[in-house]
Amino acid sequence: MADKKKLARQFIQAIPHAKELGLVLEDIGDGVAKISMPYDNKLIGDPQSGVVAGGAVSAMMDTCCGAAVMSHPAAPGGTATIDLRIDYMRAATPGQTIITHATCHHITRNVAFVRAVAVDEDADRPVATASGAFTVENGF
Amino acid sequence: MSRPRPEDIQVVKQRRDAALNALLESVPYIRFLDVTFDRRGDELTAQLNYSEKHIGNPFLPAIHGGVTAAFLEITAMISLNWSHLWERIESGALDPEEMARGILPRQPKTIDFTVDYLRSGLPRDAYARATISRAGRRYASVHVEAWQDHKDKLFAQASGHFLMPQEGDKS
Repeated sequence: MADKKKLARQFIQAIPHAKELGLVLEDIGDGVAKISMPYDNKLIGDPQSGVVAGGAVSAMMDTCCGAAVMSHPAAPGGTATIDLRIDYMRAATPGQTIITHATCHHITRNVAFVRAVAVDEDADRPVATASGAFTVENGF
Repeated sequence: MSRPRPEDIQVVKQRRDAALNALLESVPYIRFLDVTFDRRGDELTAQLNYSEKHIGNPFLPAIHGGVTAAFLEITAMISLNWSHLWERIESGALDPEEMARGILPRQPKTIDFTVDYLRSGLPRDAYARATISRAGRRYASVHVEAWQDHKDKLFAQASGHFLMPQEGDKS
């Protein structure tokens, strides 16, 4: 179990695009993952307000959902996104770190179902939520 | 009976390209992902210029699902904004030079975005085009298709809803 957690952590940390986004894996294990994304000017989507691009939030949530799948006790290996829906509730406050919590709430031999919530420092009002289906792969 | 003489081709192209460039250059995240656009008249095709930084699974290797999602969302957002602003760019109500200086109209806001991953994204350039299914006064619905080698073999598609900028929105 500890090995699986370690493996998933190593895999997530080896993702080139995760490094590029500045993602930090805060916690992982048992089908749950927490990833943070510090504010960075290069991620701005709306130049007038300085709000982070929706795409950057999507990329972060996709990574976090994948991490949750890989850390699930019933997942034998890697995963790929089949479908992901993101709802954008409000603009993330410029300058603040965004944190995503993802939960793999159901898994079969072939498919993993995941939900995620992204918040900034005002953790009571979600910035975005996601729900998706992921493949269950035997290897990486 | 004579119609006014059409504008010189260079004037038309310069105005449209300058306006499009101003929209793209203003968004740091579009530069970060290295997404560029080809324009034919008012039709846009987005291109995700491949970089190793886009990789999600280094063992395959494959483009990160999040990069694909972001690429499609940029395509949807820019295509929608472009079509929304087109009349004002053509009429001269929007000045491309002012736009380049950062005086830009408010962008639409993404309400939701759903991506279908049809094939693994290969480590090479990808292309995408958006179709605006409905452009209402308040809400718009946009569909996007993305491919790599063959236009009829999509590797991802997406659809999303956007809230259009309202008069009186602060800018």
